Amino acid sequence: MMGHIHTRIKFGFMAFFAAALFVMMPQTSFAQETVGADVPPTAASEEVVAGETEAPEASGAYVPMAPTEGKGMPTATEDDMWASMTFQDQYTEDGAYALWMHDKILLPVITVISVFVLFLLLWVIVKYNRRSNPVPSKTTHNTLIEVVWTIVPVIILVVIAVPSITLLARQYETPPEDAVTIKATGYQWYWGYTYPDHGDVEIISNMLSDADAIANGEPAKLAVDNRMVVPAGVPLRIQTTAADVIHAFSVPSLWFKMDAVPGRLNEKLLTIEEPGLYYGQCSELCGARHGYMPIAVEALPMEEFEAWVLEQGGSLPGAEEVAEAAAEEETAEEPAA
Amino acid sequence: MATTAEGFDAHHDDHAHDADHKPGFFARWFMSTNHKDIGTLYLIFAIIAGVIGGAMSGVMRLELAEPGIQYLAGAVEFFGGTADENANLHMWNVFITAHGLIMVFFMVMPAMIGGFGNWFVPLMIGAPDMAFPRMNNVSFWLTVAGFVSLCFSLFVPGTGPNALGAGVGWTVYAPLSTTANSGPAVDFAIFSLHLAGAGSILGATNFITTIFNMRAPGMTLHKMPLFVWSVLVTAFLLLLALPVLAAAITMLLTDRNFGTTFFDPAGGGDPVLYQHLFWFFGHPEVYIMILPGFGMISQIVATFSRKPVFGYLGMAYAMVAIGVVGFIVWAHHMYTVGLDVNTKMYFTAATMVIAVPTGVKIFSWIATMWGGSLEFKSPMVWALGFIFLFTVGGVTGVVLANGGIDDNLHDTYYVVAHFHYVLSMGAVFSLFAGFYYWFPKMSGKMHSEFLSHVHFWLFFIGVNVIFFPQHFLGMNGMPRRIPDYPEAFAYWNSISSIGYMIVLISVAVFFINLIYAFTAGKKVGANPWGEGATTLEWTLSSPPPYHQFETLPVIEDHHDYHDHMPREDKPATA
Repeated sequence: MMGHIHTRIKFGFMAFFAAALFVMMPQTSFAQETVGADVPPTAASEEVVAGETEAPEASGAYVPMAPTEGKGMPTATEDDMWASMTFQDQYTEDGAYALWMHDKILLPVITVISVFVLFLLLWVIVKYNRRSNPVPSKTTHNTLIEVVWTIVPVIILVVIAVPSITLLARQYETPPEDAVTIKATGYQWYWGYTYPDHGDVEIISNMLSDADAIANGEPAKLAVDNRMVVPAGVPLRIQTTAADVIHAFSVPSLWFKMDAVPGRLNEKLLTIEEPGLYYGQCSELCGARHGYMPIAVEALPMEEFEAWVLEQGGSLPGAEEVAEAAAEEETAEEPAA
Repeated sequence: MATTAEGFDAHHDDHAHDADHKPGFFARWFMSTNHKDIGTLYLIFAIIAGVIGGAMSGVMRLELAEPGIQYLAGAVEFFGGTADENANLHMWNVFITAHGLIMVFFMVMPAMIGGFGNWFVPLMIGAPDMAFPRMNNVSFWLTVAGFVSLCFSLFVPGTGPNALGAGVGWTVYAPLSTTANSGPAVDFAIFSLHLAGAGSILGATNFITTIFNMRAPGMTLHKMPLFVWSVLVTAFLLLLALPVLAAAITMLLTDRNFGTTFFDPAGGGDPVLYQHLFWFFGHPEVYIMILPGFGMISQIVATFSRKPVFGYLGMAYAMVAIGVVGFIVWAHHMYTVGLDVNTKMYFTAATMVIAVPTGVKIFSWIATMWGGSLEFKSPMVWALGFIFLFTVGGVTGVVLANGGIDDNLHDTYYVVAHFHYVLSMGAVFSLFAGFYYWFPKMSGKMHSEFLSHVHFWLFFIGVNVIFFPQHFLGMNGMPRRIPDYPEAFAYWNSISSIGYMIVLISVAVFFINLIYAFTAGKKVGANPWGEGATTLEWTLSSPPPYHQFETLPVIEDHHDYHDHMPREDKPATA
């Protein structure tokens, strides 16, 4: 036991310093996978949706998607140390932009600043210690340098502010009229997902036990019994609210986090680029089982999503709208995809 | 000024008792009106609270060392509860709550402001004591009462008869703290904040009055040592921020007990209103915790560089600027509650502005050392560690300031890593720097420089091993405040827990050093640090007499006292 701990300590230290060094460098090597912006929602999804036991048959029966290693979930250090030290790969356009901003602007800037300060400290330690410099100077002011170290940070911050404000503006884009609405409600301690456009289907989503999750081939503490199934490649109107205390709906690989506040309805646009299974966890302290209310978003091609809706006893909005339009003799209505 | 000084001289001659006459034990320590004794009490209190809060983080790091729940049942039974799954998980929330509240309100604040502020503000401005000595004592005992109330909360029901303690987080967000933690534990925790807050408000008025009215003749505001400046700014922040907290938690209390619905949407209230109120206090609070540290670091860097502080006025007004801007950035703690986009843009921009005065301070410290004659005594190595680690904590703050980036990082371990870099490393490093700097002055004994350096290196390595990997965990998606986590987070958590062991050893070295100093430490004279130590406390014996400055010192009427340079001989402007 002791020996084991010792080796772990030793390895831990080496890893830590390696890690520290690594983070000190601008991470150009990270090359985050960013997904092509305009993958047609219906194309090339078969491989990804390969079911765990049997492929979806012509009957269209929904089979929960098997997770893809390293996609939509945190990466274990043993699998890929570098990936375990940074953000998850992103599957939304805004997420890719935010990740780009972090990796290409923020991280290099903060690394350079930290290294610069460290360098200056080492410099004064070496150059101006009592032995090397027994007689201190009497300088107390230098207007020029003081102006410089005020102005230069301002310029750096302005440079950061441009993409930062752009990102905020992008994230705030209003969902289009025909976006698919999904309302996530936080409960102590599970999630409820309702689909008001689809006949108010309601899904109650509880965490699977570790044993069940592992049996399913899913990560423990992230797997749920009923997933939030959504269509991929189309705009989603995600709404959050809560029934008891504040929760937060968060999916790191979609760069999406929004509090679920009782008495409020928060709304945000989300477009998932490609089918897949994306895990998240409640991210606002909500009581004893706060750590045990994960989120699993399963994005499917539209037809499979619609099949799933029907299987849950829901209806498709297009049909209703067409019927309504016919009834009211409105021609402007456009049947939804 | 001249008349004042002479007046005090004349007065002094009439004094019958000697300056070092001390009252008996009980009167001295339980009814104290002496700023140095009260300062000592605050420091002892902060060390005790720090040990308790630190022990709690030990339990948390132990639990997080590997996935699964291993130790919480033991903790539940320790506090007299009955272990079951709910109680165990609730215990975790109790730990994060108590750890946060203890470290903020009962360790950092009492040590910085109550301890060093009380001890050295009067000494540095040449005052005999604080302006309101008895109120000073009230402040201290209110803080103790607050701590007792918080400790009580650990033993009474929180969410149910089995689940003891307040599991609400140090932020005490409604409705988790109202309807979801209905037991009396939260009332005790809220009351604890009321008491500690009242103590701090009294303390703040005391400091403001003292600094404005009791400076020695000739010590203008622009000649005050930077530590005094830092306490002055901090006192104003306390005075303006704490009443808002008091209001917010009073509303919580009435929501809980008297049927009001300030934060309950069912009655027209709003949970987000609580967050606005809390963070209107909470953000200035983080500067309350770090500004006195800034002041101490300035004194220490100047002393051990044998050079006056570079850009004194810039340093002083940078603190003022940080204090002012600190009041208008609070909603960056709430980027994900559903803020309007313009609000988010404003708070992103305003938050980043704080990096400017902070940068001025970092660079001014380095410029102070530049061209200096550095001596690496224990306070100086802690100060150097502070400057680097605070920079690292500061730059991750710039990352988090971006509302769009925070959409991913909010409430993850990245945030935990960030604020521990500025607090566990920033505030705590400055506390240890100040402690080693002033310990000889306070006790009259010299600590072991060797043990102090060992303490520094172990602590430096330990805190980095704990907190640096937490950046990775946060980026990879691990939420904060969870006792159990997916397997993928296991590795960096285990490293982080190893770091705790290193810190534990370093704290043991600290206590050994204390024991050494009190039992075998060499006696020190008025100024053990040499010519660089130019502030007034170093003109007094170590420890200083029970009542100092019965004759007020007169500050030379030259424009740069703050330059700490012995000026050409010139009669004091009497």
